[in-house]
Amino acid sequence: MKYEATIGLETHIMQKTNTKMFCACKYEYGAEPNTHVCPVCLGYPGALPVMNEKAIELCCKAGLLLGCEINPYSKWDRKNYFYPDMAKNYQITQADQPLCLGGQVAVEVDGEMKTFTLERIHQEENAAKNTHVAGASLVDYNRAGTALMEIVSNPCMHSAADALAYLTALKQIMEYGGISDCNPEKGQIRSDVNVSVRPVGQEKLGSKVEIKNMNSFAFIQQAIEYEIDRQIEVLESGGKVVQETRGFDSDRGETFSQRTKENAHDYRYFPEPDLMPVKISAEQIGQWRSELPELPVQRRERYVKELGLPEYDAGVLTADMATSDWFERVMVHTRNAKAVSNFIMGEMMRLLSEHGLSIAESKVTPEKLAEIIALIDAKTISTGAGKQVFEIIFNEGGDPKQIVEEKGMAQVSDDSALEGWADEAIASNPKPVEEYKAGNAASINFLMGQVMKASRGKANPGAVMQMLKQKLDG
Amino acid sequence: MPEANPGMHVSDIAHLARIDLTSEETALFQSQLDQILHYVEQLNELDVGGVEPTAHAIPVYNVLRKDEIGQSLDRDAVIANAPAATGGQIRVPKIIDQ
Ligand SMILES: [Zn+2]
Repeated sequence: MKYEATIGLETHIMQKTNTKMFCACKYEYGAEPNTHVCPVCLGYPGALPVMNEKAIELCCKAGLLLGCEINPYSKWDRKNYFYPDMAKNYQITQADQPLCLGGQVAVEVDGEMKTFTLERIHQEENAAKNTHVAGASLVDYNRAGTALMEIVSNPCMHSAADALAYLTALKQIMEYGGISDCNPEKGQIRSDVNVSVRPVGQEKLGSKVEIKNMNSFAFIQQAIEYEIDRQIEVLESGGKVVQETRGFDSDRGETFSQRTKENAHDYRYFPEPDLMPVKISAEQIGQWRSELPELPVQRRERYVKELGLPEYDAGVLTADMATSDWFERVMVHTRNAKAVSNFIMGEMMRLLSEHGLSIAESKVTPEKLAEIIALIDAKTISTGAGKQVFEIIFNEGGDPKQIVEEKGMAQVSDDSALEGWADEAIASNPKPVEEYKAGNAASINFLMGQVMKASRGKANPGAVMQMLKQKLDG
Repeated sequence: MPEANPGMHVSDIAHLARIDLTSEETALFQSQLDQILHYVEQLNELDVGGVEPTAHAIPVYNVLRKDEIGQSLDRDAVIANAPAATGGQIRVPKIIDQ
């Protein structure tokens, strides 16, 4: 029998705010435990939450970037559960009236454009960080109450590749939009994944398994692949898939059955009495819309249409915002977009990955790359020498012009110097000369190689070619 | 004696609220809860199809604050309120459930 998988994602994204969602404690990753806490985020009796206006703005802007409808009226609810990661014994969230409704992420999967639709985005607060030690658990409430939005997709994906493409695009849009840094290691983007499997042609969805709280995209992919295979195996052997929550064991690459905290219907949602609802006007939405930055898709288009870059280059350059921003900073100083693109996709990416650095840490600044390209364009140095200069600066820093001078890398275009090398090459290689004269045009390349060798790579290839042709044809 | 509401059992609620009840208490509270539910059920006689649900009794919206960092508590004072602590973290009975 053939089976079809159905996948939906609930992705939690920590917004880029200075303070927490409902109190003025600072949001800071990696701070000393329990140094950013107050009566509100510790759930002291009588403490009252107040909404962070920036978080509401960022959630709605995320919605606008994803084509959601901004709900003109939304409200807050309590989700009740006992767990030390939430000192109040409830989490403030939005159950039936979230800030954003609908929306979609359009993305290419294996060469095919797909649109994955969203159900909603709601605003909530983050839980504390638990660490488990022998015989006890330790709780750090610095993260408790920080602004967290949950982007809920429809069950519209059918493979791990779909989910990965969706998440990658989502992360990219959130980064570009300044909504979140989406650093998985810092837990700024985490997903719960729902997977079910049904025989192709069956209308009713299969029993849903939820894999909780994964941050690594690679693990999400592995978990989905494992879970699809596992469920198909269960069905094939005549069994029934149990609706449950499973965890992912990254060492074994397997999912495992997990006991749940409470059943969904036990969360006893009810309207949060401490917070007033949110109303958002059309004017406000218009204002936010006017402030939205250019998205990767739009940048990609602009790079192709206005800068004349190939689609492939545009895709690589816009894959992450840091690279794309860096590219734009070089373009302030040069018009040779393709040269910039070649350097970034070639030398830059190779050296960054060899040294495990990010583009922001590169000693080659946008200004310096523009200078290197200007030297190449002016034929002062060859492209090969330009790459060497790039690598020298990447490793040791320095000024492009000075390096070219110090290392004697300038190209020789001077006729008198070239003439000597050309004459010598022609005199000592009669056979290729003869072949060329007999009509084998390619033989000139051998002579050209000889001149380049004699010049130790410094001869300007264009000038050499011209010189050789002049002598042989003339 | 009003009919028991099939969805609301005192024993379930006690479990969710982490309250230990004796069987006498459970029986007593169940009959009291049933009376309350029965009383509230009178509302089902009304047709409220066109009425917006009310989350709050007063029409106040958008009580917001600027995203500006304020004063947090001193950690020693916070830890002093906790039953146990290790290295500035609050220590609780092991909670991982596998
Ligand atoms: Zn706080």
